[in-house]
Amino acid sequence: MPTLVKRLFAALVIVLLLVVINQYMSREGLFGFGVPPYYARLIVLAGINIILAVSLNLITGFTGQFSIGHAGFMAVGAYSSAYLTVYYGQPWEQSLAGIVGATLAHALIFLLAIVVGSIVAALAGLIVGIPSLRLRGDYLAIVTLGFAEIIRIVILNIDSVGGATGFTVPSYANFLWVYAFAIITIVIVYNIVHSDIGRALVSIREDELAAEAMGINTTRYKVLAFVISSALAGMAGVLAGHYLSFLSTNDFQFIRSFEIIIMIVLGGMGSLTGAVLGAIVITFLPELLRTLGPKLESLLSAIIGADNIPASVHTFLLQLANYRLVIFAALLILIMLTRPQGIMGTREFSLSWLKRARRRPEGDKPVGEQGVSIAEQGPRSAIDRKKEIENG
Amino acid sequence: MDTFVQQLINGLTIGAIYALIALGYTMVYGILRLINFAHGDIYMVGAFVGYFLAFQLGFAAGPSVVGLTVVLIGSMIAAALVGMAIERFAYRPIRKYARMTTLITAIGVSLLIENLFVAKLGAAPRAFPQLLREQSYTLFGNAAISKSQILIFAVSVLLMLLLQWVIFKTKVGTAMRAVSFNLNSAKLMGINTDFIISFTFALGSALAAAAGVLTAQYNPQIDPLMGIITGLKAFVAAVLGGIGNIPGAVLGGLLIGIAETFVVGYGQNVGVPTTFRDAVAFAILILVLLFRPTGLLGSTVQEKV
Repeated sequence: MPTLVKRLFAALVIVLLLVVINQYMSREGLFGFGVPPYYARLIVLAGINIILAVSLNLITGFTGQFSIGHAGFMAVGAYSSAYLTVYYGQPWEQSLAGIVGATLAHALIFLLAIVVGSIVAALAGLIVGIPSLRLRGDYLAIVTLGFAEIIRIVILNIDSVGGATGFTVPSYANFLWVYAFAIITIVIVYNIVHSDIGRALVSIREDELAAEAMGINTTRYKVLAFVISSALAGMAGVLAGHYLSFLSTNDFQFIRSFEIIIMIVLGGMGSLTGAVLGAIVITFLPELLRTLGPKLESLLSAIIGADNIPASVHTFLLQLANYRLVIFAALLILIMLTRPQGIMGTREFSLSWLKRARRRPEGDKPVGEQGVSIAEQGPRSAIDRKKEIENG
Repeated sequence: MDTFVQQLINGLTIGAIYALIALGYTMVYGILRLINFAHGDIYMVGAFVGYFLAFQLGFAAGPSVVGLTVVLIGSMIAAALVGMAIERFAYRPIRKYARMTTLITAIGVSLLIENLFVAKLGAAPRAFPQLLREQSYTLFGNAAISKSQILIFAVSVLLMLLLQWVIFKTKVGTAMRAVSFNLNSAKLMGINTDFIISFTFALGSALAAAAGVLTAQYNPQIDPLMGIITGLKAFVAAVLGGIGNIPGAVLGGLLIGIAETFVVGYGQNVGVPTTFRDAVAFAILILVLLFRPTGLLGSTVQEKV
């Protein structure tokens, strides 16, 4: 089969799969079966976090430019698109419905909102990126943080988008929208990373001066990566706003940017699958910890009997839910202490892993070092090398 | 003119607090190149230790100079221990790893302290007992300075002079400066770098705790999340002055304090709403960094391959 046909076929399968799962996730369910709304909501939020983590990974993981302003661009996308859908969405949709039908009109308006949100966020990224990307390391980090806070406070003072009371937004997004765009994000970032642009970005991460000496216009590439990353963050903002139906500037504080950074560091910087994994873990972990106490108690009562549980243990387990964020933070520190390169490091998860794992027990001859072929080992990241230098 | 002097006094008061916290950020950064995001929470811990000390030791009943001194020094010692513990158990094991890892750990420690306090004590604000008989003195015209403001100025100047003495006149201070120049060379010269780093954390944390107790005298409301935004602004102050530079941290803190008060006091006259109070620190920072990328007093380092 020609590649194009193969890819179109794959896209078709993915879309069909998403449509089916979307039905399963919706309130009506599929053939009477459906996911409880609480879990459906978490899964959708995980999808939004995937977009955020993957897009931040482009600028921070692959280009090595440390940005703590991702929530700001998310806010720009969310609020600009919400302005559109709140003030113009209804009349435009009605006039469009007469031409193409209600369902398509609904989808087209939201698509327009996504495009507008992404473009405005990209513009914000350009305005922030050009001056700040001259700075390096921690200075860049703190300036991006500052810009994000300024963006947030400016939005807070615009009365037409709700100001401090919050902004009620029509609900457009659902599982299908979020995951379709999560896949599009992953494809975009994957293709950029594996193109000549990606090579340039990685070379900037490895050594900016050397990259410049090799004739790479580092400023241009850094701004390019920053703008694309901001646009994708804006897209995530559009989806989040139109899924939650409510926007508050409190949701875009710098702690939100930290959360996204935690996702990519946890998953492994410079790994796309790592970012996806990190986003999923960070979305679900605090919620899992919420139910940890009751689950432990039922486990304990199954082992030693409900009556034998000491009262102190019982109250401790009951209060465990209050401490879920404490446990979350402690786990985060623990993971950093034991696996500082993140879950995936800079590697990518691929199906060949499974194949290799299956083949290994039969005594397959190791190729290259440690049974991994040279090509699969990939280049050592600059982080590892710098570490070695620092350690002497 | 009266209001101008009044705004200046209020601005310097807040600025002195920012400066005290910024000193801890800048010292730790100077030595470890680590943004210690948990530092703002140490400030909060200091305020809470002061709160509990005041109640446990019975000083909360009425204002007394002895009570204030004991509470201030007690919370400084407690915070120094907390700072050293954080360094020992969270930062030391990962010191050799990449910058991003240490940064995430710092954020993790910050979240841990905040959430622990929220879970234990609840997020509702508490009233800090008055340890100082509040009184206002009229300077000239209508500008007034309160006793707690005088206290903040006096204590922070005293602590800054003390810090200056420690850093430039004592053996341990010389070692601190050596470590901040180059950690490995300092180690080769026989300096116990682990001890020096620990000492730096203790020093910075004690200053932050002092800031916590002093703020609580000026504005007697403390809550477990009070360190987030104050800590962030103090960090901005440290970067503004040139991170790693001690006079820079003081200058940055005072500048941001004054700018903030002026936005609240005069902003409305030129169409800037008071809610921009929190944005002004960042705006100044961005402007300064664009023209002087290493801050006001920071020295430029030539980059080599």
